[in-house]
Amino acid sequence: MYPELGQFALILALLLAVLLSVVPLAGSVTGRDNLQAFARPLSAGLFVFVAIAFAILTYAFLIDDFSVAYVANNSNSMLPWYYKFSAVWGGHEGSLLLWILMLAGWTLAVAVFSRRLPSVMIAQVLAVMGMITVGFLLFTILTSNPFDRMLPNVPADGNDLNPLLQDFGLIVHPPMLYMGYVGFSVAFAFAIAALINGKLDAAWARWSRPWTTVAWAFLSLGIALGSWWAYYELGWGGWWFWDPVENASLLPWLSGTALMHSLAVTEKRGVFKSWTVLLAIVTFSLSLLGTFLVRSGVLTSVHAFASDPERGTFLLALLAITIVSSLMLYAVRAPVVHVRSRYGSMSREIFLLLNNVLLVAATLLVLIGTLYPLVLDYLDMGRLSIGEPFFNLTFSPLAVATGLLMGAGVFSRWKKTDGGWLGRKLLWPLAVSLLVTTVLMVVYGGFKPWAFMGCFAAVWVSVATLWDLWDKSASRKGRLYGLKRQSRSYYGMVLGHLGMAITMAGATVVSNYGIERDVRMSPGDTAMVGDYQVEFIEIGDRQGRNFSAQYGTFVVSMDGDAVSILHPEKRQYLVQRSVMTEAGIDAGLFRDVFVAVGERISDDAWAIRLQYKPLVRWLWLGSIFMAAGGFLAIADRRYRVRDKATEKRAATTPEPRGDAAEALS
Amino acid sequence: MKRLFLFLPVILVIVLGVVLFAGIGKDPNRLESALIGKPVPAFNLSDLADAERQLDGEVFRGEVSLLNVWGTWCPACRDEHDDLLWLAEDKGVRIIGLNYKDNREDALVWLERLGDPYAVTLYDPRGTLGFDLGVYGAPETYVIDPEGIVRHRHVGVVNEKVWKEDLEPLVTRYREGA
Repeated sequence: MYPELGQFALILALLLAVLLSVVPLAGSVTGRDNLQAFARPLSAGLFVFVAIAFAILTYAFLIDDFSVAYVANNSNSMLPWYYKFSAVWGGHEGSLLLWILMLAGWTLAVAVFSRRLPSVMIAQVLAVMGMITVGFLLFTILTSNPFDRMLPNVPADGNDLNPLLQDFGLIVHPPMLYMGYVGFSVAFAFAIAALINGKLDAAWARWSRPWTTVAWAFLSLGIALGSWWAYYELGWGGWWFWDPVENASLLPWLSGTALMHSLAVTEKRGVFKSWTVLLAIVTFSLSLLGTFLVRSGVLTSVHAFASDPERGTFLLALLAITIVSSLMLYAVRAPVVHVRSRYGSMSREIFLLLNNVLLVAATLLVLIGTLYPLVLDYLDMGRLSIGEPFFNLTFSPLAVATGLLMGAGVFSRWKKTDGGWLGRKLLWPLAVSLLVTTVLMVVYGGFKPWAFMGCFAAVWVSVATLWDLWDKSASRKGRLYGLKRQSRSYYGMVLGHLGMAITMAGATVVSNYGIERDVRMSPGDTAMVGDYQVEFIEIGDRQGRNFSAQYGTFVVSMDGDAVSILHPEKRQYLVQRSVMTEAGIDAGLFRDVFVAVGERISDDAWAIRLQYKPLVRWLWLGSIFMAAGGFLAIADRRYRVRDKATEKRAATTPEPRGDAAEALS
Repeated sequence: MKRLFLFLPVILVIVLGVVLFAGIGKDPNRLESALIGKPVPAFNLSDLADAERQLDGEVFRGEVSLLNVWGTWCPACRDEHDDLLWLAEDKGVRIIGLNYKDNREDALVWLERLGDPYAVTLYDPRGTLGFDLGVYGAPETYVIDPEGIVRHRHVGVVNEKVWKEDLEPLVTRYREGA
């Protein structure tokens, strides 16, 4: 009975979403405050009913209710409870429900945290988010109902969760990723509201900024988690495969990064408005496109959900309506008049414009690389070769160029930067970076042009960022006072840029100086990988809760001293009969040693993959820095002080002295 | 006039939408090649195992063969490798490898470790033959008849099902024809 309640909750949520997309909007057009005031309560109600549906589905998983088709297809009574929980989003229907839960959550968050917004604007923003929710709820209810039942023939046990997904990485990766994807809907809704109103002003940019930054921070973490998961779970030691679905998550990240920077220019200087609003639309459209690519089965991918033409068509229609109508609105309403604000050729505006050009170029590159099989298929021609080499060849120069610009841009000033001054300013950081990079090349043994470029860009960004922090924190009252005086959003930027540098350094070093060896080993054998000696001690059997495994023991040592003992496994999952490789990894800040057991070659010999991965952790460490930077930036005082000020005013106790004191504190 | 430029994004998106719509419901692994019914493009590549030995279109002469495009950078190629071994060993199918945009040492280590299903492997580090064939990603497998004419193209992993349904009928047909 209760699964039907879940479905009923979804239908109620749909009704509320329809009301949310109509009533406040009507109120904003007719100027009736009482209709606009419905926006907040409707958002809250929408969230509550989606959450009830989600909770019911989760409950069905936890009690092993295999009468629910989705549970029977994605779970099994032998699964540990935490995987039963994460299996809720292990398949198409449930992950879509998670997507909607996030969307409702973001809508609620906008309703709660935007009390200072003019009520017309908040009504419109929430209405736009309501419209998106309507689309996705319809999609769920009509084509992908997670509460479909298998009655009266209830299966005795479930089909099990795909073993690849039985992992900590999967518990956290999709929620983070969806937080990012869906989070861009807020910037999108603000852009649409601003277009409807015709008010593309600094206030609009100021309101969009924190939401964009948070969504971007979540997306950074989500992508990094996915990469980390692929690294240890797929058993290949690769961290990025340029798979269509990986690209689908990278696309909104790239354009979201561009959006974040162009919003900064629009807020501070009131220029690039038209461009910023287009980026906001494009970024969310790319999130939607990613959702479509994963779920429609038009591209081959390791991640793809089972393809279903009906779902694909529905999603494409949804995409078409959302994107075409918003771009039409853009075409008709975006301002074309040139703003009178002027800026010089070396100004910060120009640096940020170049940053946008590079990021958009990277976005287009990835988009073309991902979609071109489809395009060629449509045109009936197959005359181009592409793959991982294509992406590596074209993406790396853009990444390096972005890094070089970033370092110089950090010192630039708004409006006008004196070229000679900037040149002199960059001289010392340049010298330091060249020196550090040269030392790095010597340490890692061997000059390689691309490795040099990548490391130089990373070092250059870090040196310039820290140099600027040093400059800015100079104060007559001492260094510590100067450091304290910098705003949180400035520290956010510092962390974000350092994170970028760390990720770049990691990617460059591990790609150029990593060592991979495939060797044949029997117990008792030793092999070298880099400076490390790996000894194969033994291999035995081990029983897990829902798998049986061959369990190896390897000792890693360096110069005769044992470093660690690794236990790579080859697991045979009982229900789906599939084999998974669990690599044994000795993780370290500066290097990983990675051992994976492959095929059994003869009675006592195994194919063993050994890898030495310098700085591989930096890839993900960098994204933690970036995300931390994002969260720090939105904790900036300018977003909090005014809150308090408004609350004071709202409480009708005008205390100008109190306000002033707080502004100073 | 400037206003008209703002319509550019909408137009681009609509064009893209048409293409995406055409892609729905099609099996992405089924991609026709413009070369079907035509000879394999002329090439001159070295043997993977022996850099001194030059190979050309003659390798396809006399016997029906599968041309399998692979690389060590391609995880899906690892997936199909066991099935290729099965085809070569149990079914006696002649498979010609095309090592695509790869590195000779890595490729040789890979074959040594996993087994070598290929009668011979062409080494194509710059992807020239791949370009002429219209390869868009590894793995891809072509059926080549004893005259050296391309008869079928399969994009994606070869497994038992693909073999039974798509490749085996063709291979049998051209074997008998020979």
